[in-house]
Amino acid sequence: MSLWKVAWRSIQQRALASALTAFSVGLGVALVVAVLVIHNVIDRSFRRGAQGYDLVVGAKGSPLLLVLGTVFHLNLNRPLDNIPWSYYEEFTEGRFVHAVEAAVPVCTGHDFKGCPAIATTPAMFDELTYQDDRKYEFTAGRNFKADKPFEAVIGATAARLTGLKVGETFRPVASGPGGHEDEVDFEIVGILAPTGTPNDRAIFMNIEGFFRCPTHQQGPSAMQRVLGGGAKEKDAAKPSDSAPKADGAAQGDAKNEAKSEELPATERGLFHEGELPDDPATTENRPDSGEMRDAPATGAKPDAAAAAAKPGEQATGSKPAADGHDHQCDEHCDHDHAHDHERNRELTAILVRTNSKAPHFSMSLPDAINREATAQAVYPSREIFQFFDTVVGNVQLMLLILAVLVVVVASIGILVSIYNSMSDRRHEIAIMRALGASRLIVMGVILLESILLSLGGGVVGIVLGHGLIGAMGPMITDQTGVQVAMWDFQLIELVLIPGLIFLATVVGYLPAAVAYRTDVARSLQAGT
Amino acid sequence: MLKLREVVKNYVQPDGGVLHVLDIEQFDVAEGEQIVMMGRSGCGKTTLLHCIAGISRPDSGRIWIDGWDITLMSEAERDRFRAEKIGYVFQTFNLLPGFTALENVLLAMRFTGRKVDRARARHLLERVGLQHREGHRPTQLSVGEQQRVAIARALANRPKLLLADEPTANIDTGNQAQVLELIRSTCREENVSLVLVTHSPEVASQFARVERLEEFKRAAQTKQREKVG
Repeated sequence: MSLWKVAWRSIQQRALASALTAFSVGLGVALVVAVLVIHNVIDRSFRRGAQGYDLVVGAKGSPLLLVLGTVFHLNLNRPLDNIPWSYYEEFTEGRFVHAVEAAVPVCTGHDFKGCPAIATTPAMFDELTYQDDRKYEFTAGRNFKADKPFEAVIGATAARLTGLKVGETFRPVASGPGGHEDEVDFEIVGILAPTGTPNDRAIFMNIEGFFRCPTHQQGPSAMQRVLGGGAKEKDAAKPSDSAPKADGAAQGDAKNEAKSEELPATERGLFHEGELPDDPATTENRPDSGEMRDAPATGAKPDAAAAAAKPGEQATGSKPAADGHDHQCDEHCDHDHAHDHERNRELTAILVRTNSKAPHFSMSLPDAINREATAQAVYPSREIFQFFDTVVGNVQLMLLILAVLVVVVASIGILVSIYNSMSDRRHEIAIMRALGASRLIVMGVILLESILLSLGGGVVGIVLGHGLIGAMGPMITDQTGVQVAMWDFQLIELVLIPGLIFLATVVGYLPAAVAYRTDVARSLQAGT
Repeated sequence: MLKLREVVKNYVQPDGGVLHVLDIEQFDVAEGEQIVMMGRSGCGKTTLLHCIAGISRPDSGRIWIDGWDITLMSEAERDRFRAEKIGYVFQTFNLLPGFTALENVLLAMRFTGRKVDRARARHLLERVGLQHREGHRPTQLSVGEQQRVAIARALANRPKLLLADEPTANIDTGNQAQVLELIRSTCREENVSLVLVTHSPEVASQFARVERLEEFKRAAQTKQREKVG
């Protein structure tokens, strides 16, 4: 008969008190597990949210707000400022074209039934990836097409929350108080497979269709102005199947059409005079035979460069199909107006994947952007790391400290429970001593009892904690887009068991010492 | 087997006075011998057994068991010695309530540090007529059955000496003779020396050797006076 069994029998003798004590420990452990797992999942989701691209380029201001607003689609109290569309063209066919592999424009500030509605291009899902270079997949339908301006796709969680299905339409609503409903309908053509990223709870609509809405023709800021002034254009654009070709295609066309004239980098305008990275090796390794491609030769005005690159096309990077005027629009949509609108278009941000084959250019790109007054380039991963380390990390630490305190208090409950039982058990201890058990053995039995209670509570707590996570998982996913699975184990949970054993040994020491000091002769006589 | 020489045990009372409990000049028990130590309540019978078992340490004097002077042993050594060489039957049985009859016997084996002999535990329960009750807890047993389990437990480690403290005091008259006979017969079978303390003349009458604790004390006091005189 092992001492474990002796300890277990003592626990069984006081089954109810022991169960309640272990349960209190279990609650504390469950809290620790929940804090650890949920924090880790949120941390992972936040960090993976910006995968697939390196930089977020947006208006000058708070880098963190830019990342939270564009990468995580958080509805910020203060709308983000915008950058001109022409600046986006610097990435697709202008100064920065050789430093990037992909550049995807996004316009935020809208939602539908609480899910953020993001205006972007099909490149968002065709060219960008998520989580270790995984390609976006669709559980139903397909990606929206560049030439179908009023198509949209929806994230898995957003589809569940809004109830939108393929073939159904929705009207995005400007976020914030007094937000108006756009007078254009977007048709859902695809439902994204779950990605575990913030994109799961967002809706993505064709940016071309977004700009065709009268209130957006000067970008989101113009819309905000409209909202502020209370004016609302009645002549809304209508969906069209013969819409202009959008960015990705336009970029390709522009690139193909332009000439690969060899020019000095300064002339090509990637960086201003004196800013060219001194990296001949990199230059040699660039695509297009080691030379920069068809960048505008001017290196000067972006708008002019864009115009030169795409004569007769929309300056947005969206090229109208066929003649460029066949989208069903109202009288505003004449040729001249279109160009006016396109020149006035504004974006919230550009998601940029830098050119891995030209690292020197890529590394210099943020500096080049940040030196200018137009925009800022932000490494989202860096911002998130800082955000977590300085804010979320501290919150987690506080929660963890609280949870550990709960475990400590519950463990003190073990102490109280066993200590209170000692007066009843002195006689039993004396019997064991009379049978030949040493002081150390009876002390060990009490410590083992404490450890068993802690371990029992720990196992209950781990199961309870994960059960709690499993039960709350769908709610967390709905609220945050973060996918939480019941068995999302953390390595640090392995520390819980040795930690509990240590704690049990500490709290069990006092009653064990009482057992150690038991006067056998007196206790035997007291029991007679 | 058992030798006591000039064993003295006193207790300090709450009022500061000294209570002379034990004063034994000489007391011997041969191997396999069965004796009764009689005395009125409170005369120190249990204290004597505690001192022999090594549970209490005498204030002075020497106690040898099977050639070992337990008064020279450390407490841990006495614990181990007690587990291996001494069996103890209590007046109130003192079975551990959370354990079955078999486990109570096995528990005694656990403290010797040797491997638990489950077969011997079962044999002993069979010997005391409780083979069919080995899975029962003390509360499920009659008082007579409980005392029989206590006897089996006391003999579990093949002790050299069995100390029995009023083993029949809490048992009804019908069972007293059975329990007493069980103790004596098993001790005979295992060649175990028996020191049984009681205040019952009926119990004492069944033993060939009966000692009176008060007489040990009186003899010691007389000798003391002679020394002083």
